[in-house]
Amino acid sequence: MKNFAALTRMRVLLAFRNKMFFFFVIVMPFAFFFLYATVFAKSVPAIVGFYLGPVLALNVMGSFWGLSATLVMFREQGILRRFHVAPITSSDLLASSIVANYVLTLPTVFLELLLARIIFHVPSLGNPFSLFLLISVGIVSFGSLGLVVASVTNTMQETQVLNQLLWLPLIFLSGATFPLAYLPRPVQRFGLFLPATYLVNGLQQTIVNSATPWSRYAEILSLACWAGLTFFLSAQLFRWEPESRIPRRAKLLVAATAIPFLLLGVVENRSNRILLEAKSAFIALTSPMSAPRSDTVGAPGKPATDANPSDNEQK
Amino acid sequence: MPNPILQVENLVKTYGDVEAVRGVTFAVEEGEVFGLLGPNGAGKTTTVEILEGLRTLDGGRVSVCGFDPQRDAEALKHEIGAALQSTSLPDKLRVMEALRLFASFYKRRRDPEELLKRFGLEEKRNTFYNQLSGGQKQRLALAMALVNEPKVLFFDEPTAGLDPQVRREIYDIIEELRRDRKTIVMTTHYIEEAERLCDRVAIVDHGKVIALGTPRELKARSGGATRIEVRLSKPESNGALQKLEGVTDARELDGSYVMHSNRPPQTIVSLVKHLELQGNELVSLEIASPSLEDVFIELTGRRLRD
Repeated sequence: MKNFAALTRMRVLLAFRNKMFFFFVIVMPFAFFFLYATVFAKSVPAIVGFYLGPVLALNVMGSFWGLSATLVMFREQGILRRFHVAPITSSDLLASSIVANYVLTLPTVFLELLLARIIFHVPSLGNPFSLFLLISVGIVSFGSLGLVVASVTNTMQETQVLNQLLWLPLIFLSGATFPLAYLPRPVQRFGLFLPATYLVNGLQQTIVNSATPWSRYAEILSLACWAGLTFFLSAQLFRWEPESRIPRRAKLLVAATAIPFLLLGVVENRSNRILLEAKSAFIALTSPMSAPRSDTVGAPGKPATDANPSDNEQK
Repeated sequence: MPNPILQVENLVKTYGDVEAVRGVTFAVEEGEVFGLLGPNGAGKTTTVEILEGLRTLDGGRVSVCGFDPQRDAEALKHEIGAALQSTSLPDKLRVMEALRLFASFYKRRRDPEELLKRFGLEEKRNTFYNQLSGGQKQRLALAMALVNEPKVLFFDEPTAGLDPQVRREIYDIIEELRRDRKTIVMTTHYIEEAERLCDRVAIVDHGKVIALGTPRELKARSGGATRIEVRLSKPESNGALQKLEGVTDARELDGSYVMHSNRPPQTIVSLVKHLELQGNELVSLEIASPSLEDVFIELTGRRLRD
């Protein structure tokens, strides 16, 4: 426990001294935040509220980039070897990565919520408990995903390639960039197999509809299970030495991390719950009835009222 | 041996098809500086890393401070200190922070301030790791190896890649530790280092200990003969050089001829005479007093080089 605390302190300290950290954890999330709020939502409070969930989700999901890259760099440079001769366990090291990342990500999320309220006058931030729970399981689970990435890749290049391969579907097919309801039907169906979709939808429902933790239990529990599973796997696959390669068999284990969302995806594809929720939030936003300043909103609220391919029943 | 603090019996380690360590046996007594001397790839680092609990072994038995490094790695790590090869610290960690952080991991610990002073790093206390010179990094590595008052220290190639002046600084530090009766196991491929710093040396080649003893004992094995190394303008048959006065053995090694002689002056006179008769010429001549290099050449027919 003492070692874990000391390592966490070190990680936080190092993050503050790292320019990359400032870029990825502070500059980028706020750039996204202002882009969504001003360009996509045209500073309209209700629409900023609608996009706040996706913006927070992007910020939270970014955790896996930083954690995977740092751990691989530590291994490649022989820094982990130095820790290995000291009485430190791999769990100390991994848990400190997760906690340091949590502590470092939370303030940005908090600031984004604050700015949304103060600058953009978002009417409500929803249920604070659901918000806190979803953000917490989100940061921890995507952070653990980063640790798994670090475990299954051998070099920094491999890590970056895998990160890209994960990042692109996670942000484009989950509703984090384009609203889920706006995506073609088959893509929506595929999105239900991605953890990111549950984070985005959970946050969006919390903010827009003030959803309670109980009503979001599927999202919260699935992400929490996934966090536990990925963390456990990352500890199993952890390597101290740069030259030790990952056994093939272990790569199969990694497939296990997909199981929770494969199962949930099947269930949600049957029930259509998430898709309906996402659709109604989208419709509520774009329908003139619900938007108080619809004259200024209607069209701009992103690819809203018209030219809307997939399945909106706007007319 | 009365009280070995570290024992290695028939140690075996393989990587795939490669046998890195093939039945190494030795023991180290408390308060002794023990050296593993051998060329790169001889299996020294692998041996030491097994003793530190960083690698698993495939055969044999080892015990360090009464612990089995495989079973009791955690407990063992509180008792040992190590300066590893090819290791590093985070770039933006300051010297003092690194010492404090590592000290915090141990049950028994030394005052980081005192270590800073002892290793001449006081002025660098707030310097980031990536701004230290190679010598300063190595001094920090040695200081960090001592943060837990270890019973056994492992130094893996402590001066590899350092320039001669810095190397001497590191020698001074290790000699001071030796005077304090610290138990040290070190690996090196520098003859001078092993001769100067170690109480006993195991010469390792191809994963085996091929000779073991004090530097003096080992050198006595080669008969205390002086090494005469010559380059000639035309090739010479070994047989002829072997018959020169005082020569105990002669061999060709990468284009030069290495002879060992009991009576160097006579050997040289007869060598010059012999070359004159053959119409051959001396290109270079080098005379060296007996060293562990000669022991290695005698045992392996090869030079111990970088």
